[in-house]
Amino acid sequence: MSLAAATIPAPSIEYSQLAPMLIVFGAAVVGVLVEAFAPRHLRRPAHLVLSLGGLATAFVLTCVIAGSASIFANGSPGHNAAMGAVAVDRPTLFIQGTILVLAFVSVLLIADSAQDVSPFAGQAAAAPGSPEEREGLLAGLVHTEIYPLTLFAVGGMLLFPASNDLLTMFVALEVLSLPLYLLCGLARRRRLLSHEAAVKYFLLGAFSSAFFLFGIAMLYGYSGSVSLAAIASTVSSNTGSTTLLFAGIALTGLGLLFKIGAVPFQSWKPDVYQGAPTPVTALMASCTVVSAFGALLRVFYVAFGNLTWDWRPAMWAVAILTMVIGAIIAITQTDVKRLLAYSSIAHAGFILTAVIAASAAGLSSSLFYLAAYGFTTVGAFAVITLVRDPGGEADHLSRWAGLGKRSPLVAGIFAFFLLAFAGIPLTSGFTGKFAVFQAAVAGGATPLVIVGVLASAIAAFFYVRVIVLMFFSDPVPDGPEVVVPSLFTGTAVGLGAVATLVLGIVPGPVLDLANHAATQLFVR
Amino acid sequence: MSPAYYVFLAVILFVIGGVGVLVRRNAIVIFMCVELMLNACNLAFVAFARMHGNLDGQVVAFFVMVVAAAEVVVGLAILMAIYRARKSASVDDANLLKY
Repeated sequence: MSLAAATIPAPSIEYSQLAPMLIVFGAAVVGVLVEAFAPRHLRRPAHLVLSLGGLATAFVLTCVIAGSASIFANGSPGHNAAMGAVAVDRPTLFIQGTILVLAFVSVLLIADSAQDVSPFAGQAAAAPGSPEEREGLLAGLVHTEIYPLTLFAVGGMLLFPASNDLLTMFVALEVLSLPLYLLCGLARRRRLLSHEAAVKYFLLGAFSSAFFLFGIAMLYGYSGSVSLAAIASTVSSNTGSTTLLFAGIALTGLGLLFKIGAVPFQSWKPDVYQGAPTPVTALMASCTVVSAFGALLRVFYVAFGNLTWDWRPAMWAVAILTMVIGAIIAITQTDVKRLLAYSSIAHAGFILTAVIAASAAGLSSSLFYLAAYGFTTVGAFAVITLVRDPGGEADHLSRWAGLGKRSPLVAGIFAFFLLAFAGIPLTSGFTGKFAVFQAAVAGGATPLVIVGVLASAIAAFFYVRVIVLMFFSDPVPDGPEVVVPSLFTGTAVGLGAVATLVLGIVPGPVLDLANHAATQLFVR
Repeated sequence: MSPAYYVFLAVILFVIGGVGVLVRRNAIVIFMCVELMLNACNLAFVAFARMHGNLDGQVVAFFVMVVAAAEVVVGLAILMAIYRARKSASVDDANLLKY
């Protein structure tokens, strides 16, 4: 027996290259211990230090790794760490850096407790309207578990686009999804809506990950390995059953497209975005989308990179449907969070046009678009937390009428975010859209770009409609109160607005960074 | 007996699970159907591992079992919460979020 054990080589783990993920997961585990052992009044400050400190440290380390000479020596595109399970390359580091910054801003929103005690339920186990719930509220109970749950989700988001084999990718998908399902159901106000969002997200999410997993099984049957590089080499040597290959592409693609909310897998998005607590919606709308696009890009560029002609027609159809249906249904919405959910579906379609290009330009413009869109989204949801009725946030659009007359600054900033979503020049939205459409035209997808421009025009209509509603209609009597933002929310709104403005006026440095990250594509 | 038959069985189980998710109305039963789909994946992985003569598929099956267990923990907690609030686990009753 001892001889048999000696013949198994010990795996080598490059801890320094995996440090950002390890730190975020480590902070999450320490957060669980804080929850178990720290006295109640110390938990929130301890979690704040851990979460914000962990995310900031991980971001600094990501920058250090990106500047490392040894990983990228001799023009190498990157390194496969942890025995080939996790890729460390420039596009992944760009995506991880974006996720960490956006997660930092989202944690600021999650931690904000200035308006009422916290945006989260005091005691999730107590049924809405029950005596237990009232007792919990009077006792001032707060769920501080949200911080470790957020960190676990962020850790999964960091691993998801970095996974170089499909098993790691599946585990990362679940690690990012499971905490999000719970976070969706923890709203303090309108708890029935929040529960319903959690159930819908959970059932549909589990359904889609089953499809993703069956796709992995098909690809494993095709190539005898779950590594992306091995699948790519089986494809180029043209051995194995093409039935298994195409079933695998379709099913894994379905799982990934579900996560980004592309049509026809979009139905969860409006419900979940509306029902979830707004800070969690901000986290999902920014970080999850960035992470899922990272994984989609890696799978389709590395594993299926030689099959562009086979998957492109289906992706064309998905992109066109996503842009058009997202933009058209958004027109009829009356809830501001639901409106942003449909807008997020349309934006996923715009990014897909660049993904379809399957080129370095497509990759770099998607990276830039994701960063620009993420900041605008976090800022917009941060503004939504400020407009409040006595019963919680004033989500219904009719309550926003005349907001510009009562609170010009908040309405002005929200209008600025909406203009960025619409892609008006001098905002980051314009630069991003220009970059993705340019990449798509260069990739030969001119009809797709024409549909994209038309969809942007439809989308601009409903963004402008909200702006007109805010500035040119009479304020509703006993309208919502616009609270003065606390330091945390104020920082989140400010960062979102500054990033949207700077990426619109001087996009050069970030565009250069995205181009530099994308020149060598992904490591294999 | 050829391992390919087990792959066909896995496909059949997966389809039964998928149809179950779409037609059943009780959230617990829907969730059981999802678990059936995950187990169909496991069967496919193990059958393919046998066909390719390597262990990767068997290792994946272990990971999937752990992930499925974690999913049960999270899922039943969420379903419990909605059942307590509504006294019903039917997905047709949860209809506040629409349009």
